[in-house]
Amino acid sequence: MQLTGAEIVIRCLQEEKVEHVFGYPGGSVLFIYDELFKQDQIKHILVRHEQAAVHAADAYSRSSDRIGVCMVTSGPGVTNAVTGIATAHMDSVPLVVITGQVPTAYIGQDAFQEADTVGITRPCVKHNFLVKDVKDLAVTLKKAFYLARTGRPGPVLVDVPKDITVQRCEYHYPKSISMRSYNPVVKGHAGQIKKAVQLLLDARRPIIYAGGGVILSDAAEKLTKLTRMLGFPITQTLMGLGGYPATDRQFLGMLGMHGTYEANMAMQECDVLLAIGARFDDRVIGNPTHFARVARKIIHVDIDPSSISKRVRVDVPIVGNVPDVLDEIVKQIEASAGKPDAKHLAAWWQQIEEWRSRDCLKYKMGDALIMPQYVVEKLYEITGGDAFVTSDVGQHQMWAAQYYKFDKPRRWINSGGLGTMGFGLPAAMGVRFANPEATVACITGEGSIQMNIQELSTCRQFHLPVKILCLNNGYLGMVRQWQQMFHGNRYAESYVDALPDFVKLAEAYGHVGIRVTRPADVEPALKEAFVKHKNELVFLDFLTDKTANVFPMVAAGKGLSEMILAEEL
Amino acid sequence: MRHIISILIENEAGALSRVSGLFSARGYNIDSLTVAPTEDPSLSRMTVVSIGSDDIIEQITKQLNKLIDIVKVVDLSEAAHVERELMLVKVRATGKDREEMKRVADIFRGRIIDVTESSYVIELTGNTSKLDSFLKAIDASLILETVRTGVCGIGRGDRILKV
Repeated sequence: MQLTGAEIVIRCLQEEKVEHVFGYPGGSVLFIYDELFKQDQIKHILVRHEQAAVHAADAYSRSSDRIGVCMVTSGPGVTNAVTGIATAHMDSVPLVVITGQVPTAYIGQDAFQEADTVGITRPCVKHNFLVKDVKDLAVTLKKAFYLARTGRPGPVLVDVPKDITVQRCEYHYPKSISMRSYNPVVKGHAGQIKKAVQLLLDARRPIIYAGGGVILSDAAEKLTKLTRMLGFPITQTLMGLGGYPATDRQFLGMLGMHGTYEANMAMQECDVLLAIGARFDDRVIGNPTHFARVARKIIHVDIDPSSISKRVRVDVPIVGNVPDVLDEIVKQIEASAGKPDAKHLAAWWQQIEEWRSRDCLKYKMGDALIMPQYVVEKLYEITGGDAFVTSDVGQHQMWAAQYYKFDKPRRWINSGGLGTMGFGLPAAMGVRFANPEATVACITGEGSIQMNIQELSTCRQFHLPVKILCLNNGYLGMVRQWQQMFHGNRYAESYVDALPDFVKLAEAYGHVGIRVTRPADVEPALKEAFVKHKNELVFLDFLTDKTANVFPMVAAGKGLSEMILAEEL
Repeated sequence: MRHIISILIENEAGALSRVSGLFSARGYNIDSLTVAPTEDPSLSRMTVVSIGSDDIIEQITKQLNKLIDIVKVVDLSEAAHVERELMLVKVRATGKDREEMKRVADIFRGRIIDVTESSYVIELTGNTSKLDSFLKAIDASLILETVRTGVCGIGRGDRILKV
């Protein structure tokens, strides 16, 4: 059957069971959009800025077992999308990005809306392709989906010149694909797993440190099983939250720069560290030299060999798919009939409880000023801990991570690696398309929300009843916090002047806006938003304490146990 | 430490930029880089000489392996290997320098491949230090131009890099 390139693109997406494509049309993709128009299997979500298309598709992936797809035109369409692509890349989110390109004959001529897409995006994709022959189009798209979802996932971009979309060729979509240059490891090395099991059983002060890899590989259940079986304390990275129930006693909270006292202390003082799908990031372990001061044995499970021994020397590296490796570890522990030493473990737990009793997340609130932490706690209560929560980047992001207890994976959607402001609202849209019945809350700040506020229009068009919780303190809060702590209170450009009236703005876009200024009104306002206006988008503008800071805090370059606690200030 | 990393890579457009981009993005050093298709035209072989600690070289090989187009990566300098570099040197060759230049080229087993009344082009192969030594052995003021290919290398005996 002879099809045009544009028809092939749509057919391939249909073969991949794609239901939603987030995008924005333009000259180079006109023929593809024409084919989209002629069918009704794939629904196109028209965003208001290409960056939002990518964030939405990204969150679509993060919040479900499907792959987000987005489509943008050449030139500015692509450059606008780059932030979104880099965001997905840093957090290893599978994504297929289809970009239009100027006709093949024009490439390199500085044509209208031409950009070197493959060159610009090369460092922030898992892989990218420029299709130069319509005969390669179907197989390239197949490769894109295959690469995006297998191994360490990531965004894959396919650049399609306009002339390719009109040329015809025989259409055949391959059922499966193999590439001699790409063979991701699945099973972990048996000998290494054996060593790991021995270390775990002999441990006196063990800790499990789990990251986003657990979420991405759907290993939450297996991780929970192993953790309970061993009785070990567990901490999670910002990206890993939800991979183990946060309400469970064995969970010590998030670790890292704004991690809990107990998690960071236990991480620093442990003798055996089981790292799973995490990468010892600078925001997680602080200064690697300080971290290495305490002798401990490290077991590191990760699908990406380049994550292992990158920042911290590892004793037992296990390259493999997290769920497969966890299965094998559980199996071997069961077979060995060994058990961790109960006496030592009890003493370790006693120490941990002592750390935990510092209650490092407590904060004071009077009846005049709303504390941002309180808003998140109330959100948790009112949504029964069962909402999908997206966030932007800054103080509110950390408070969301600290105070919303995620018991399930894929519920906490944030830009951890790249730290992209403007992520939250488009992400909430993507979550809602992947989970049409779900309660979706976007925790944001008055700085971040303005980086993609135009998406209120998209939300209107598609009737997305997202609840936006803007923790409005009139400052770029995290910047202000650092300036207060490390730059002698010189608040260079961190004050956000001339803020819009967010209530009127929400109303102008056809949504509901509510301003909340007193602590007593927080709960009623949340109820109004989540119950009375269940089916509408509500923009909650919380005017919060301008001086609130995020604690505990490990200053950049410091060691994990050198925390600044709220009570010390 | 100096390492010679040999890479088999799909002979696709842009493959070289993926490798060079990786080195610059991650701040790795490239001493030299050579690339050409192999006997199998679908594959290119690349040789990168880099200087770095063991940790850095380990990261380089891992990061290279992560590139989708790369089929195989080997650190040649881990075991017995031979390495060669080709250099072409254009020198001024007049008067008494003409004979002397010929003599030094012979000592280094170089060949004169272009002759004019006033110049020679000398072709020389060997490892990097041999080529360096040759340049030191001749009068620097007589060197008009040099061009070097960068190092290529191959494992000794049974060490074979092939798909």
